[in-house]
Amino acid sequence: MRKTDASVGIWDTIWGFFASVRLTIILLLSLAATSIIGTFIPQNKQPMEYLQAFGEFGYRLLSALDFFDMYRSWWFRLLIILLVLNIIICSIERLASIGKILFVKKPQFRPGRFQKVKTRWTFDDERSPEKLHDLYAPVLKRKFGYTQTKTTDEGTYLFAEKWRWTRIGVYIVHFSIVVLLLGSLVGSIFGFEGFVNIPENETVDTIFLRQTGQSLKLPFAIRCDDFDVSFYANGAPKEFRSSLTVLENGQMALQKDIVVNDPLRYRGINVFQSSYGKMAPEDRHRHVEPPEEVELKVTEKATGRSLTRKVAIGTQFDLPGGSGQVKIAGFQEALTFGGQNLGPGLLVEISSPQGQAEQVLLPLHFPNFDKMRGGAFLFTILGQKTRDFKPEEEAERYYTGLQVTKDPGVPVVYTGFVSMIVGFIITFFMSHQTVCVILTAKGGQTHVAVTGIADRNKLGMERKTEQLSVRLQSL
Amino acid sequence: MSSSHILSIVTFVYGLAAFLYLFECVFKKPSAGRMATVVAILGLVGNTAGIILRWVESYRMGIGHAPLSNLYESLVFFAWCIVLLHLFVEWKYKNRIIGLIGSFLAVGALAYASLKPSQIQPLIPALKSNWLIAHVFTCFIGYASFAIAFGISLLYLLRRFGGPAILERLPSDRLMDELTHQLVMFGFLFLSAGIITGAVWANSAWGRYWGWDPKETWSLVTWFVYATLLHARFMRGWHGNRIAILSIVGFLAVLFTYFGVNYLPGLHSYGAMGQ
Ligand code: HEM
Repeated sequence: MRKTDASVGIWDTIWGFFASVRLTIILLLSLAATSIIGTFIPQNKQPMEYLQAFGEFGYRLLSALDFFDMYRSWWFRLLIILLVLNIIICSIERLASIGKILFVKKPQFRPGRFQKVKTRWTFDDERSPEKLHDLYAPVLKRKFGYTQTKTTDEGTYLFAEKWRWTRIGVYIVHFSIVVLLLGSLVGSIFGFEGFVNIPENETVDTIFLRQTGQSLKLPFAIRCDDFDVSFYANGAPKEFRSSLTVLENGQMALQKDIVVNDPLRYRGINVFQSSYGKMAPEDRHRHVEPPEEVELKVTEKATGRSLTRKVAIGTQFDLPGGSGQVKIAGFQEALTFGGQNLGPGLLVEISSPQGQAEQVLLPLHFPNFDKMRGGAFLFTILGQKTRDFKPEEEAERYYTGLQVTKDPGVPVVYTGFVSMIVGFIITFFMSHQTVCVILTAKGGQTHVAVTGIADRNKLGMERKTEQLSVRLQSL
Repeated sequence: MSSSHILSIVTFVYGLAAFLYLFECVFKKPSAGRMATVVAILGLVGNTAGIILRWVESYRMGIGHAPLSNLYESLVFFAWCIVLLHLFVEWKYKNRIIGLIGSFLAVGALAYASLKPSQIQPLIPALKSNWLIAHVFTCFIGYASFAIAFGISLLYLLRRFGGPAILERLPSDRLMDELTHQLVMFGFLFLSAGIITGAVWANSAWGRYWGWDPKETWSLVTWFVYATLLHARFMRGWHGNRIAILSIVGFLAVLFTYFGVNYLPGLHSYGAMGQ
């Protein structure tokens, strides 16, 4: 028996701890104080940056306390969990009494409560209490909706009340906070937040998660058909626009131009315009012009006779010794030899008088390349005159930076938002108001006293009862 | 006449109203008080005209947008909210103490605005959203409400702790306490609506409704402070001094959210950290 008593004691203590408003105040202030820390210590940076700022010891200490990712730390989450327990247990605690107040068939009014109200408005009237009662009752009924009369030895009590239900306002507010946090929990479990850069005309189906940097494959692919950035006259950016196509199993599923503030949404995944950039020049396809003139030396290996000539594309001339003809047949941006890219080069054709032809490659960057061929004639490049390099006015190529998120908790969170605002309006600007008009016969006259009670905004209630007494007096 | 001309004139009109409110308070001259109210209303009309004209000017420049996009514009709107609210409370409570505080705060906001660049600038892409208007609107109504509550709390504490005798002319402790409470509730509703519209906007622009960036976090800190005040009062019956102190702390948090956050180590001023 003793044991059970002790355990009941412990549970009572724990329950009492969570049912106290002192805990609420402590938790709210602790959350305020700790939230500030994360605004002075930038969150989720590289360790190097922290080491520079705080030194080795400071870094280790702060890192052990999770101050570099504090909004996800165990202790910050603990504060939030305590807050939720606090709200829930307080609500349960009060549910029974609030239920009794809310769900009554016939409200009970105790004259004693109204006798205690300090501020009361009084006047005398010549008419009888009964007559006044019949006069006042409809007015109160119209203003408040519910009236009740109670007659005692001391006099007639005319009660009226309205907005009893507004007592649940606070519970709506508290409930909305729980809903909000639930929604964010759903988001953190079932959602993700990632990013991806897509160059124009390219298709991507894998993104990178912000928190971990891990890659994630999407159930569809995104193609960036076009990216445009426009600027105002002062140079500030005006609009970023990406034309995106969603491809599902290679089929076009959706096409949309997105701008900041107007995302693409598909299958619960949202794609937002977040940044952009130009492709690095190395990645750009570069155009190489043929040289204007190349100085070639041709040597007949057998005799050692050679000739030197300046040639261009299309030039033809005789081989030394007249044993055949050479034609500079063409130019290639990138010669390949044995799978290797040799860069730009000339294509040369040698034809013998017998009509046999041979093709020779002359990479411009390797003047003695032809030695390797081991032919009867050796071609050497002595010099070349390139054209003035004019990069073609090629359209600049951009990539678009996209934020890709999924958060199934959003509808839950938004429900919390709406109910919170509704709850506030009820809690702050409405109250359960009861008035009591006391009619007592006194020496042929009737003494009228008007008092009122509200569960909130007492001063407002005083003004209200004053206005009411003025109104009643004028009847 | 350009909108910034009008708005600098409005600063002086509010200044005159503040002077008249003070005159009434010191010399107990109701006629000065009535004049003060009329002048404050005129100032509000001018303030409204200035804001509308600025809106029109931005359209004439081909970069039309609501004038709520930079510090100057937000301060002008802040002054507008303060005076609108003070006139409303003055009318509701038939008490001019609010006017004294409101017009002084409005002069302060507009004077500070006049030090800031007032050119109309085009909107950067992230600000092109109707949620921006809803967000700024609700936040600043909240801030204005907290600002007036702060003024009342300050005077309240001054009187409690032996301020000049003139403070005896202010309304009763009970009324000042009640006004603080009402204004904090009103402000709290709008602050919450401001945080919510901000979250919805962030979700439509960046796909996340909450990111713990310093501005968001500070608005939440402010929210926690005022939530503490409300619970202390609702449930533990705090009154007077302690509520006044919380209301002042809350408004300091508002000021930090509004101005201070820009000085925090952010992405760009990281190097200054820890020194
Ligand atoms: C942020 C987390 C919050 C927590 C942990 C919290 C907790 C509590 C607790 C424990 C109580 C006392 C028990 C009860 O009456 O149920 C209470 C009462 C109250 N709370 Fe909150 N609350 C929170 C937010 C809010 C907010 C944002 C408001 C804004 C209006 C609010 C308004 C109230 C009111 C008006 C009462 C008094 C209830 C009454 O008169 O019966 N609460 N709160």
